[in-house]
Amino acid sequence: MDLTCTPEEEEFRARLRTWLARELPTLPPRPDPLDWPARRAYDMDWQRRLHEAGYAGLHWPEDAGGQDATPTQHLIFLEETEAAGAPYVGAGFVGLLHAGPTIAAEGTAEQRARWLPPILSGDQVWCQGFSEPDAGSDLASLRTRAVRDGDHYVVTGSKIWTSHAEVADWCELLVRTDPEAPRHRGITWLALPMDAPGVTVRPLRTLAGSTEFAEVFLDEVRVPVTHRVGEENDGWRVTMVTLSFERGTAFVGEVVACRRTLRLLAKRARKTGRWDDAVLRRRLGRLNAEFTALWRLIQWNVSEAAHGLRHGGTGVPAEGASVFKLRYSHARQELYDVAAAVLGPDALDLTREWTRERLSSLSYTIAAGTSQIQHTILAERVLGLPKGR
Amino acid sequence: MDFRLTDDQEALRAGMRQLLDRHFGPTALRHAADPLAHHAPNAELTRLWAELGAAGLFSLRADESAGGVGLGLPEAVLVFEETGRALLPGPLVATHLAGSWGLVPGAAEGRVVVTAMDAGRPSPDVTSPPGGTAPDGMLVEHLEAADAVLVVGDGEVRLLETTGSDLAGAVKDGEQAGSPPAAAAAPAPVPVRSVDPLSPLHRVVARPASDSRPVAGDQEEGPGARRGQRSGDGVGQEPGDGPEERLPTVAGRGKWLPAVDVPGKWLPTGDADVLRREAGVLTAAQQLGSARRTLEMAVGYAREREQFGRPIGTFQAVQHLCAGMLVRAQTARSAVYAAAVTQESEEAYAAKLLADEAATSNARDCLQVFGGMGFTWEAEVHLHLKRAWLRAEQWGTSAAAEERLAAALL
Ligand SMILES: Cc1cc2nc3c(=O)[nH]c(=O)nc-3n(C[C@H](O)[C@H](O)[C@H](O)COP(=O)(O)OP(=O)(O)OC[C@H]3O[C@@H](n4cnc5c(N)ncnc54)[C@H](O)[C@@H]3O)c2cc1C
Repeated sequence: MDLTCTPEEEEFRARLRTWLARELPTLPPRPDPLDWPARRAYDMDWQRRLHEAGYAGLHWPEDAGGQDATPTQHLIFLEETEAAGAPYVGAGFVGLLHAGPTIAAEGTAEQRARWLPPILSGDQVWCQGFSEPDAGSDLASLRTRAVRDGDHYVVTGSKIWTSHAEVADWCELLVRTDPEAPRHRGITWLALPMDAPGVTVRPLRTLAGSTEFAEVFLDEVRVPVTHRVGEENDGWRVTMVTLSFERGTAFVGEVVACRRTLRLLAKRARKTGRWDDAVLRRRLGRLNAEFTALWRLIQWNVSEAAHGLRHGGTGVPAEGASVFKLRYSHARQELYDVAAAVLGPDALDLTREWTRERLSSLSYTIAAGTSQIQHTILAERVLGLPKGR
Repeated sequence: MDFRLTDDQEALRAGMRQLLDRHFGPTALRHAADPLAHHAPNAELTRLWAELGAAGLFSLRADESAGGVGLGLPEAVLVFEETGRALLPGPLVATHLAGSWGLVPGAAEGRVVVTAMDAGRPSPDVTSPPGGTAPDGMLVEHLEAADAVLVVGDGEVRLLETTGSDLAGAVKDGEQAGSPPAAAAAPAPVPVRSVDPLSPLHRVVARPASDSRPVAGDQEEGPGARRGQRSGDGVGQEPGDGPEERLPTVAGRGKWLPAVDVPGKWLPTGDADVLRREAGVLTAAQQLGSARRTLEMAVGYAREREQFGRPIGTFQAVQHLCAGMLVRAQTARSAVYAAAVTQESEEAYAAKLLADEAATSNARDCLQVFGGMGFTWEAEVHLHLKRAWLRAEQWGTSAAAEERLAAALL
């Protein structure tokens, strides 16, 4: 039970702080949240700066172009960048947190050399084409077909809810290569160039009014076999190797941000007099406990991950990741509901602070595995309850 | 940073689990809870105390030079988690604090039983009453078995002897006859029919002292009003030296009455706040142990019990109840361990709040998973729920914690 940092880690923190203090004032103004091309440009500019300073792919292995940093250093990085008000990973999310680590773990030397450097340098954006209209929680039932034709796969089908598809260069795509095999065995992982002939992106408007995700239609798209990562029909395993990664550390910065928001809410409530409402006050107090505990839960998970890595494992174990995601998504929604209580009728004004975040918080119990699915994962895989039907 | 338990800590926990299984295993628990069994609860507690004292439970954190084990709060938390898991009865937290802080001779060895009364506001900016305070008195556990009561007030700690004149009508059994007459201001304990069969309770009723200050409703005394901080020089002072000497000073906007007004001996410890915080963290650890135990029980039962031709654990409604219990337990665990390591007051409040919630809600969900069996005296579930309710009232209620944590945001 040691929560202290080593002298090297503290030095890393100090260097990072110095760099952030120098770099952040030179950033361009934040883009309009509804303008995705502008957001991509902004996010990638930030990634380029990180890359030049040696902070890109901190947690990636060295032979993948990363820094081979310890999970604790990665945690410090996420904590400090958020605390300093630096930009969030944004459009770089899939490349840096899922597609990249998958290629690093499962790709050939050529594939790593081709795709990883532009992710780290902020030159290329990836999106994730997993979900389909008929395959959401039941991802393994996906039907997008890939048929071998010489040294190409011919891909036909459609994907949905693909975040950042509008501005992505590449898509990590799950396709079915063997319709006869058991569901999990006939799936293959492909890197799809978004500008390939036959790819159509139709943006979908979210309830928050933005077009952050899209439908992607694939009509006989030819994808070279060299774009396959892992063996044919082994795509399910290839994907799962790094999926808990996404659930484990993806929200570190957000928790730091939520704690800041919570303090702002308390101060606002005090100013407007709503602080005198004991019910509101106590909800704020409870959220303080929630986010304090969530931060400690992250440290617990990171400690487990670091231990696992030292013993040949991968990222955050399923238990910690699902526990965290369930509790965090709920706490985030409560945070913005409390924000609405602080705002009163102003919560109905979309130009007010926190009103858009309240809307987007609604996706947290759905995206990246719904709360129901997370509960089932915990019950069956962690607690060992017999499989339901 | 490595938040996980060290090998030594794992070994300590495992050792404690074995030890408790020997001294207070399932059979002993069933006997203790059996309403028809012959009981001599005070004698049983005295015997248990000697065993626990020999095992080092009460001297765990005392310096080795003082005959203690010299361990820290994180280790104490692991040990107390096990006591919560085993439903070990008795005023464990109070005696541990008395022993580890060297407040009461004999406590470290388990020769004397020390219980406690939380008689202070957790902090000047909190206006809700302390835990255990009811309009007509304050609840104290295991008073009859206890030799002394730690009274943790605002910035001061006192000790009441249960056999002397500190309480009206000495309560320790068999010693009533020789007791000196109680002081005029001595509070009078009244037995309560405790909801938890393993935790006898007394309500300690205030007796207005002749020189009583007008506390309740006094407009001059806002929530920030506090009596002067006591320092060590007041040790052993006799009661009745003037209004400054009385406890406690729960003078919050006249919203509630001084819960109890007691004499007793000053203890040479400056820091009642630290004592109270540690008591809260250790109580939270017990709640955590209980929450993890009821989760285990629910999962075990869900695997075995069959309905509709299959284990009830295959039903998603049951699965998700269990998964929710796991989430509560693991979240509380992070908070409790972090509070033990950092010893910061905000973390301690978060730990108590989340552990109270985990223990009470997990016990209820466990009860639900057990079905009709869960509603019986026979099943252990109700004992966890009742004890969790009791602990939730001790050393910082949810209301107090939430207020404190809200104030910390400003
Ligand atoms: C903002 C956002 C961004 C996203 N980004 C991407 C992306 O970039 N790439 C991508 O591939 N996908 C993405 N998704 C898709 C996301 O992964 C799916 O929405 C999610 O997996 C749920 O699938 P579904 O929407 O089809 O819902 P369904 O699976 O149809 O679920 C509907 C309801 O049924 C419940 N349910 C389903 N199955 C079970 C079961 N077995 N037991 C109990 N309850 C069940 C669910 O919990 C839910 O409440 C995104 C989603 C959102 C909201």
